[in-house]
Amino acid sequence: MQRVPVRELNAMERIKNFDEVCLGYSVEEAIKEASRCLNCKNANCVKRCPVGIDIPKFIDNIKKGEFKEAADVIFRYNNLPAICGRVCPQEIQCEGGCVLKNKGQAVAIGKLERFIGDYVLENNLDVVERRPTNGKKVAVVGSGPAGLSCASTLANLGYQVTVFEALHEAGGVLVYGIPEFRLPKDKIVKREIENLIKLGVQIKTNVIVGRTVTINQLMDEMGYDAIFIGTGAGLPKFMGIKGENANGVFSANEFLTRVNLMRAFIDEYDTPLKIGKKVAVVGGGNVAMDAARTAVRLGAEVHIIYRRTEEEMPARLEEVHHAKEEGIIFDVLTNPVEILKDDKGWVKGMVLRKMELRDAVETGRRTPVEIEGSDYIEEFDTVIMAIGTVPNPIITYTTSEIKINNRKCIIVEEETGKTTMEGVYAGGDAVTGAATVILAMEAGKKAAYAIDKYCHIGER
Amino acid sequence: MYKILKKKTLAENIIMFEVKAPMVAKSAKPGQFVIVRIDEKGERVPLTICDFDKQLGTVTIVFQVVGASTIKMSKLNEGEFLLDFAGPLGNPSEFVNLNNEELRQKRFLFVAGGVGTAPVYPQVKYLREKGIDCDVVIGARNKELVILKDEIEKLGCRVYICTDDGSLGFKGRVTDFMKKLFDESNRYDDVVAIGPMIMMKFVCLLTKEYSIKTTVSLNSIMVDGTGMCGACRVTVGGQTKFTCTDGPEFDGHLVDFDEAINRQNMFKDEEVRRLHHSRECSCF
Ligand SMILES: Cc1cc2nc3c(=O)[nH]c(=O)nc-3n(C[C@H](O)[C@H](O)[C@H](O)COP(=O)(O)OP(=O)(O)OC[C@H]3O[C@@H](n4cnc5c(N)ncnc54)[C@H](O)[C@@H]3O)c2cc1C
Ligand SMILES: Cc1cc2nc3c(=O)[nH]c(=O)nc-3n(C[C@H](O)[C@H](O)[C@H](O)COP(=O)(O)OP(=O)(O)OC[C@H]3O[C@@H](n4cnc5c(N)ncnc54)[C@H](O)[C@@H]3O)c2cc1C
Ligand code: SF4
Ligand code: FES
Repeated sequence: MQRVPVRELNAMERIKNFDEVCLGYSVEEAIKEASRCLNCKNANCVKRCPVGIDIPKFIDNIKKGEFKEAADVIFRYNNLPAICGRVCPQEIQCEGGCVLKNKGQAVAIGKLERFIGDYVLENNLDVVERRPTNGKKVAVVGSGPAGLSCASTLANLGYQVTVFEALHEAGGVLVYGIPEFRLPKDKIVKREIENLIKLGVQIKTNVIVGRTVTINQLMDEMGYDAIFIGTGAGLPKFMGIKGENANGVFSANEFLTRVNLMRAFIDEYDTPLKIGKKVAVVGGGNVAMDAARTAVRLGAEVHIIYRRTEEEMPARLEEVHHAKEEGIIFDVLTNPVEILKDDKGWVKGMVLRKMELRDAVETGRRTPVEIEGSDYIEEFDTVIMAIGTVPNPIITYTTSEIKINNRKCIIVEEETGKTTMEGVYAGGDAVTGAATVILAMEAGKKAAYAIDKYCHIGER
Repeated sequence: MYKILKKKTLAENIIMFEVKAPMVAKSAKPGQFVIVRIDEKGERVPLTICDFDKQLGTVTIVFQVVGASTIKMSKLNEGEFLLDFAGPLGNPSEFVNLNNEELRQKRFLFVAGGVGTAPVYPQVKYLREKGIDCDVVIGARNKELVILKDEIEKLGCRVYICTDDGSLGFKGRVTDFMKKLFDESNRYDDVVAIGPMIMMKFVCLLTKEYSIKTTVSLNSIMVDGTGMCGACRVTVGGQTKFTCTDGPEFDGHLVDFDEAINRQNMFKDEEVRRLHHSRECSCF
């Protein structure tokens, strides 16, 4: 039996708006897709899921129409299924392990997870058990998936939790990075945050920990028993090539923040944005796809410039497909060597160099090598750099007790998220460097249990 | 929401707000800034902290009305609110890390241009409270646009005024006057210049000739102010730095001002377009 296709907005229509592209399964479609699952013993999908969700179990529940029960299963492992179902790279995780992958197509595990996540949000289901309040206070720094999941786990364990967020809105990358057409803000992200507030979690925006208050002040003056740091890896990298500071060269973060968080594409909003007719996006990950697909929606001709081939692109498969459907041009095996400026200091084009892949003995991954004499010039009005990010140094810079490694990531004990400072835990991109929503969520949850243990030392 | 406790017009199109923001006030140091958002549709506007009172929990900002956001902000009154007020951001002035002994060995010259006088104020105040000598040069187009002169004089330092039209003090640019000061054998170890980019550029060209260390406070275009976007990047000593997290103060002799000036004008046309849009919207 073929995988039940998921309904999507038509590509030529959707590039005129920011509506969610994938419409998800209806009840009938979900049950039909769920019935494809073979309920394998020792299932591979579970092994490939970073948080080990009992996938055959929840799919079996869907098959029987027991959606609440399916939710109970998922929530044991994952607090944010509506989000993860939409953004996890399923083809390399669960679905990449599905036995049906070879015979045809893997079970659409991600779409089924999303179905249950949406079902819970739409029906306001209370899935998780709560312990009575225990009077202890925990501060969570950063409101991305790591912080949100840590906060909700702790609230359910009976803690009084305050989330401190530097920006004016909670959600981290989920609000400023991942666009509306992939992850709706009002329908999903805001709802998840409202649910957190319903659990009694306080969210304080406009607080830059390390500047507005320090970690030490949170502990010593404000009486928090423990702290979780989930500040992400937001600092954009640039290539360091000539002309990169020309007007019209943006980091993907700046471009996406202007559009997603600041709504610069709507005239009534005050934040400006200028993008021109022809846009180059440098990179091949999710961030690059999001920037490219956003630029298409603002009316530009968009090129993805990537130095390897499509096969090596770290972006989710679905996003690459969607990007192509939307008319984005893929210039692969191509790397920028210089950005050209006009006499007013604006981008007018790039010098690009062709690459080829050679087998690298040490890394096993095929590495791109420059082809000499292959340089050519192409005109662009805007260049968007999506070549990676590193953790933000504000906290570690102002808190010497918290140690970082040479990649600027916070050093933690793997199992617990415990940092080098007593009572302080960390997780998510701040620890791993830019990674995924599911890993950040899992790290936040693990740390919550470790914090629970830490706060009860000597009591039990 | 952050309440505007006091509003005062300091000069034409230069307005002061005293805002209730206890957490910011408690941690503020000279040289740092805040990011303000007026309402749901507002942009994030960076403004230097001009004064703060830890007891009262207030922070003072001074802004010049130049475009859509500052026009909107100028219409707010005492008792009304700013939606967001995040800070303090950026690194404090370098001299905050020096002890009194080290400070006493230095002679500071502050050079303030226009609304840049406001960010100079907390720095001078900090030094004067420690009994450190400072001289201040304030430059403005004319007498009416000179702000905070009395306040700075009250701190007990020598204040020189320069106006383009000579309506107050020295007639000419701050750099002309500085040259005079230097040539009259005044010794300065540190110059701190805050004002329009173009002024800071020329101050730095001058002080370089005289080999006097010069600190500038850059007002690059910003979005988040937390290091997350790179909108504020500047080239300092051949390296790309982020004004919000590496600055806002830098060694002026290393800053690529031409690039910085160019980047500051990035959205000029777009700002003007939106300004028209917002004017149209508010006049029917
Ligand atoms: C454009 C884009 C697309 C992506 N697409 C996908 C995808 O499809 N699938 C996927 O799995 N992953 C994707 N990712 C990666 C994923 O979003 C991240 O791995 C994840 O969000 C990390 O979560 P986090 O909680 O660690 O950090 P973040 O989500 O980065 O949140 C950190 C929060 O902490 C705040 N903060 C930082 N410093 C401070 C401070 N000093 N004080 C207070 N608050 C602070 C920040 O403002 C931010 O809100 C994408 C990332 C981007 C940028
Ligand atoms: C760290 C920092 C501290 C600052 N402190 C102060 C302060 O204390 N008082 C104050 O009045 N302003 C300060 N500024 C500048 C202030 O942020 C801008 O004037 C403001 O954002 C303009 O917004 P607008 O929408 O009113 O005008 P816009 O419509 O954005 O701009 C109007 C005109 O001003 C120019 N402009 C835009 N941004 C800036 C800028 N950052 N600096 C100079 N010109 C600009 C534009 O090119 C345009 O011509 C500071 C900026 C930074 C980065
Ligand atoms: S591997 Fe595929 S078929 Fe087997 S249990 Fe998992 S989802 Fe079902
Ligand atoms: S303002 Fe975004 S990095 Fe400085």
